[in-house]
Amino acid sequence: MDTLIKLIVFLPLLGFLTVGLFGRPLGNGFSQVWTSGLVSISAILSWVVFWDVGFAHNTYGVHVLSWVSSGDLSFNWAFQVDTLTAVMLVVVNSVSALVHWYSMGYMADDPSKPRFFGYLSLFTFAMLMLVTSDNLVQMFFGWEGVGLASYLLIGYYYHKPSANAAAIKAFVVNRVGDFGFALGIYACFLLMGSVEFSTIFADAANYKDAQFHFLGGDYHALTVICVLLFVGAMGKSAQLGLHTWLPDAMEGPTPVSALIHAATMVTAGVFLVARFSPVFEFAPDALALVTIVGAATAIFAASVGLVQNDIKRVIAYSTCSQLGYMFFALGVSAYGAAIFHLFTHAFFKALLFLGAGTVIHVMHHEQDMRKMGGVRHVAPYTFFMMTIGTLALTGFPFMAGFYSKDIIIEAAYASHAYGSGFAYLMGVLAALFTSFYSWRLVFMTFLGESRAPAEVMKHPHGANGFFWMPLTLLAIGAVVAGVLTHGLFTGEERFEFWRGAVWTTQGDVLDEAHHVHGLAKWAPTVMMVLGFLLAYYMYIVNKAVPQQLAKTWDGLYAFLLNKWYFDELYNFLFVKPAFAIGRFLWRRGDEQTIDGLGPNGVSSAVAFVAARVRKVQTGYLYHYAFVMIIGLAAAVTWLMTSGGGH
Amino acid sequence: MTQAAIPNLAPALAEVFLAVAAMALLMIGVFANAQKAFGRTQVFAALTLVIAAVLVISGAGGARVETFGGLFVSDNFSVFMKVLVVLGALGSLALAGPYLREHKIARFEFPVLMVLSVLGMFIMISSNNLMSLYVGLELQSLALYVLAAINRDRNRSTEAGLKYFVLGALSSGMMLYGISLIYGFSGTMDFDILAGFVAGHAPALGLVVGMVFVITGLAFKVSAVPFHMWTPDVYEGAPTPVTAFFAAAPKAAAMALFVRVMMGAFGDTVDSWQQIIIFISIASMLVGAFIALVQTNIKRLMAYSSIGHIGYALVGLAAGTTAGVEAVALYIAIYVTMTLGTFAAILAMRRDGGQLEEIGDLAGLSKTNLPLAVAIATLMFSLAGIPLLFGFLGKYYVFLAAWQSGLVELVVIGLVTSVVSCYYYLRIVKVMFFDEPDGALEPIQGAGVRAVLSISALVNSPLSYFLLLAPLAGASAWAAQSFL
Repeated sequence: MDTLIKLIVFLPLLGFLTVGLFGRPLGNGFSQVWTSGLVSISAILSWVVFWDVGFAHNTYGVHVLSWVSSGDLSFNWAFQVDTLTAVMLVVVNSVSALVHWYSMGYMADDPSKPRFFGYLSLFTFAMLMLVTSDNLVQMFFGWEGVGLASYLLIGYYYHKPSANAAAIKAFVVNRVGDFGFALGIYACFLLMGSVEFSTIFADAANYKDAQFHFLGGDYHALTVICVLLFVGAMGKSAQLGLHTWLPDAMEGPTPVSALIHAATMVTAGVFLVARFSPVFEFAPDALALVTIVGAATAIFAASVGLVQNDIKRVIAYSTCSQLGYMFFALGVSAYGAAIFHLFTHAFFKALLFLGAGTVIHVMHHEQDMRKMGGVRHVAPYTFFMMTIGTLALTGFPFMAGFYSKDIIIEAAYASHAYGSGFAYLMGVLAALFTSFYSWRLVFMTFLGESRAPAEVMKHPHGANGFFWMPLTLLAIGAVVAGVLTHGLFTGEERFEFWRGAVWTTQGDVLDEAHHVHGLAKWAPTVMMVLGFLLAYYMYIVNKAVPQQLAKTWDGLYAFLLNKWYFDELYNFLFVKPAFAIGRFLWRRGDEQTIDGLGPNGVSSAVAFVAARVRKVQTGYLYHYAFVMIIGLAAAVTWLMTSGGGH
Repeated sequence: MTQAAIPNLAPALAEVFLAVAAMALLMIGVFANAQKAFGRTQVFAALTLVIAAVLVISGAGGARVETFGGLFVSDNFSVFMKVLVVLGALGSLALAGPYLREHKIARFEFPVLMVLSVLGMFIMISSNNLMSLYVGLELQSLALYVLAAINRDRNRSTEAGLKYFVLGALSSGMMLYGISLIYGFSGTMDFDILAGFVAGHAPALGLVVGMVFVITGLAFKVSAVPFHMWTPDVYEGAPTPVTAFFAAAPKAAAMALFVRVMMGAFGDTVDSWQQIIIFISIASMLVGAFIALVQTNIKRLMAYSSIGHIGYALVGLAAGTTAGVEAVALYIAIYVTMTLGTFAAILAMRRDGGQLEEIGDLAGLSKTNLPLAVAIATLMFSLAGIPLLFGFLGKYYVFLAAWQSGLVELVVIGLVTSVVSCYYYLRIVKVMFFDEPDGALEPIQGAGVRAVLSISALVNSPLSYFLLLAPLAGASAWAAQSFL
């Protein structure tokens, strides 16, 4: 089993190295099949491990290499595989493998396939390092690795300035979060003297009253650590405040959006908090923060999604919103529910993204839904798939999202933790929004009259098996993932299943969640139906309504369309001052002061002096003789006055 | 002075041979067919120099020997420096042929004058008395004056010769005055007796002033600042092979003489002259580094470069220790190889049947003649003192010696100027490798130029760290034993 786990992690690395180093000589075809094949093997092995860990109740610790041993600080390259990791392995590798295959179709026209597939495999490897890590530093390695791969893939179309800008934005915003994460690691080591999970989790209870003394104040140590780690999670998982990079990240190729910016990387923050549940449990204030930020993100992103016109951006905001759900589930200590939603969400969100990608492909790289409509005629199968995805996302009964989202909302209702009431309200409202924007997307894209140029509708790009196969598999997942596994993740078998991989102090909120009374329980479903009807009315029955509404409520509309003006606010608060400071330091500080007095000043002074001293070299003999005599006189005078003789 | 008998000639065998051979060469030149005169004398002069070197080396290994009543001394140091002088002279003789023929100045006097000036240098190196010092100095100088002006139909060349002569005469005058002062205050001109006279107590003011005058004369010969003014004009005006000779052999000889006077005659009163040497060393390094920055003519650039290098060599002398002498010997040896190579490269700069002298003419050389560009780049890196090349080693030893003597400021200034001087050496490399070529240079003419260039480039390449470093450092240590 140890070998199996090593294979799972290192096969994608092998793929990346082969293709990254020898991609050109090996050729496009080989690069694609090789990387996809290796990741697929990884994916199959992941299911084996999942089976073994989830049902046979084994856990594994695999030591690979010792990494650092310096004084008190020592940790290894090692894999820890418990239920939480096994779930993540399945999600990451399955979606990654499907996206690899899908990309063969989607990227068929791309000139640098080895680069693309190399990046995908690199991402997969880094993500696997992240989820299998048994210590914070290795996790940070994976964390940064996925950030790098994300940066490379968002900026994959590097000839497009907007893609480069988006890549840089993603990197910089994530840097803020990573800084928090890094501080969290330091704080952990400072407090507990270890960065290894086993030690940290075992000792967390001993430190529940510990304080950090900092700048004249005392702070509850575990809260500080948890908040810092959560800042890292916020960056990676695009939570409100650090979410601005995610919609822009849609500049990357669509399979990338499906893999990284929907199913896997953005859930790393959720994973981190769930992994640290034994610490968060002793920091209720931090949990409250998680709840409130999560709930706020859920409603914020859903509201923005209502009015977006770019098909990928709608799904991106939907992702952001669903991540908010996961976080407030974590905040109310319903860790199992959060991971369950992570699991199901990976299927239907990847399905939606890949479906959207197919639409974009069919429509000649058109992403604006206002220029679509009637796509069901040219891509009926995609329409079918997208509908399944939408049903799953909106929580249609017995689809995946129905189980996972409802249990989250119920948990928020049942919980007595700080912020849970707010989270419940926001969750229900967000469910309405979710349903509305999802159906709006389907209606605008697939139904009604075509608003695309006739040329495009006449000659749509064909979609081949590389498109259908992943879509179909994901659709199956979106349908059955909830039915089959809700018992494991959140139901009766959950304690057997998790076996402490996620951990709570005060009993289990999920028990109460299962017994909330009727109205609270059915509220999300009602909202889902309401959203569907609203969307149906506005985009099928009476198409004038949306425009009228936008006109009547123009302020609100602009507010939503401009994403609550977050980008503008950040631009004003951070970017502009940063540029101003940078420009000041550059022009006045560096160019004028340091360069001016330093290198440039010295060199111009040297040239100035040299040009003048050179004039002494007149060519006249008597000048030369004069200089010699002066030199002699100076030397003699020097010796006579300095007392060289007597 | 009671000896009436013939003095012991054995220690001075090389000098005697050179003197006789020079006369013989003159005869060959006069009586040979005018067409062949230069070629013959060149070959025989080379042969003469080789034999002289063999004689010098064969006399080596013994203890210090004096002859001619103490006027002449032969020791390890003299052997080392004489071999160096012969190498410098041979190198420039090898470079001379094509250039002189083309400029129609391939006269048989050229090799003869070279041999005579080498004879003068030998006497300088072996002088153990202010009198023999002066005789040797004048013998080499007179030959050099004529060599500088050998292209007498060209204004620049005659001007160079004349300037060199007049200023040389001035410096000789100062030196003679200094010698007379020293004699007046100490009653002797013999270095050994002088050394005994100054040892133990601070010397009289008159003696010190005399010493400063002598230093002036010596500084002129090594072209140290502020007695360097003749150098750029003479280097630029004189025919290039003559400049190569000027830059190599006489510098080695004059430096050897400098060391011998300061460490031999005044070795026990280092404090009285150290300040002066430090001053001219710093001044030389500064002028060499900074004025060279604005030069465009490569021969003038090399003039300032040699001024700077003499400054570095004087850092070793300023240390006033055996380690310092060792460093000076090593530095001069490396300097001779770098200089000869660079002048060979300058002679290789030809286009449309004419010599080029501007740095800009090297533009894009890497694209038209990569081996030449690589050879020049090696020499430039070495001159700049980039680690792993020979030039770095020389600087390292002189700075180390000065550091050990506590001359920290001198070392710091030396390092700074050495960084500054990197600029103009690297500029040549930049011009060769990154600028667009104006046109290709002609293929190198003459086996001599090719040989000197490739040998010196090889010697300065990192290869010599493994092959040459140990023997050369050993030889200079051995030479420095003379001043223990």
